[in-house]
Amino acid sequence: MCTVCGCGEGEVRVEGADKAQGHKHDDRHDHGHGHHHDGHHHHHHGDHGTLDYGAGEAGAVVPGMSQGRMIQLEHDILAKNNTYAAENRNFFANHGILALNLVSSPGSGKTALLVKTIELLGDRLKSYVVEGDQQTSADAERIRATGAPAIQINTGKGCHLDGHMVGHAVEHLGPEDGSVLFIENVGNLVCPAAFDLGEAHKVAILSVTEGEDKPLKYPDMFAVSDLVLVNKTDLLPYLDFDVGAAVANARKVNPAIKVLQVSARSGEGMDAWIAWLAAARAMALVGHPLGAAAE
Amino acid sequence: MHEMSICESILGVLRDQAHQQKFDKVKRVCVEIGPLSGVEIEALRFGFDVVMRGSIAEEAVLDIIETPAKAWCFSCGKDIVIIERYDPCPDCGSHQLQVTGGEELRIKELEVN
Repeated sequence: MCTVCGCGEGEVRVEGADKAQGHKHDDRHDHGHGHHHDGHHHHHHGDHGTLDYGAGEAGAVVPGMSQGRMIQLEHDILAKNNTYAAENRNFFANHGILALNLVSSPGSGKTALLVKTIELLGDRLKSYVVEGDQQTSADAERIRATGAPAIQINTGKGCHLDGHMVGHAVEHLGPEDGSVLFIENVGNLVCPAAFDLGEAHKVAILSVTEGEDKPLKYPDMFAVSDLVLVNKTDLLPYLDFDVGAAVANARKVNPAIKVLQVSARSGEGMDAWIAWLAAARAMALVGHPLGAAAE
Repeated sequence: MHEMSICESILGVLRDQAHQQKFDKVKRVCVEIGPLSGVEIEALRFGFDVVMRGSIAEEAVLDIIETPAKAWCFSCGKDIVIIERYDPCPDCGSHQLQVTGGEELRIKELEVN
């Protein structure tokens, strides 16, 4: 295991990488964190080019002297993740890529929404997808069926994606300049809130088959999201879901949050979501040569 | 359950510090955790014992300082104390609040030898 960046922790696998291809930290995804590459790297490149973070063993040699003392640290516990996230953000900015972190409970319809979104974007905007799930590459396959390049990260026992996993996934995906990168996080409204991936926006998806009190039950996620997509609105006639109450609850947690109602199934409301994407992309291109070219 | 990841991150910091500051045993880890940090303190304590096993911090005591959640009310222009993110201002009932404290997730100090 790489004890510096934690590559070997858990059972994370990133698929889509060529088995024969070395794992290079020195090209697109530059960690700059003293990664020990001497000898061998411990990500296991498995079948179908899967990157396996679980093949290593834990342990670190810690030299030192005995000397009882206090050390004042004031060290942010998530500093390491935030460093990876900052590197990702820097990469996205340099390449004019709009990166979105899609978060929700399991079963909110994230993947179906993405499939529909990619279809609607068509040739207007090149889409790439990073899929996070504990197991299976089913979601990445659903995305690839649309023609969009997708890579699956299996987090194993992990409950969230982190900046390091996403950096590697982006390295293997190689998104082109000016594209949009959708990062579909593990279905979980708790843990992904704490981990910055370097995205421009977190987008929370709340389906109408869930309760309208979800923003209050899981406030951390709604506090860090910029947009809520209330999904599956085609089911509203059959449910008691109160959209107004859901919106009010989201705003109690985050007064600035935007809410759009969509149905990936019927297509209702998708035009507003596509318009939001276009606006977010325009923001992502500010200061980038591609942005100037578009004016 | 990301408390396990948080504990792994703490251990990562301890190992980095052990290299830099030349120590090989951690006796006490003092962390500051805010109620809005998304960390469940009991889960963190459980995860700490599990993750530190066999490490330089195997016998370390985890001290947790719980910081208060604070916000700025845009309506009254005052600092207020909140418990949850969705709490209204206790004075005017507004939800137009900017959280200013309570998201701490920080290693404050270590006792080592």
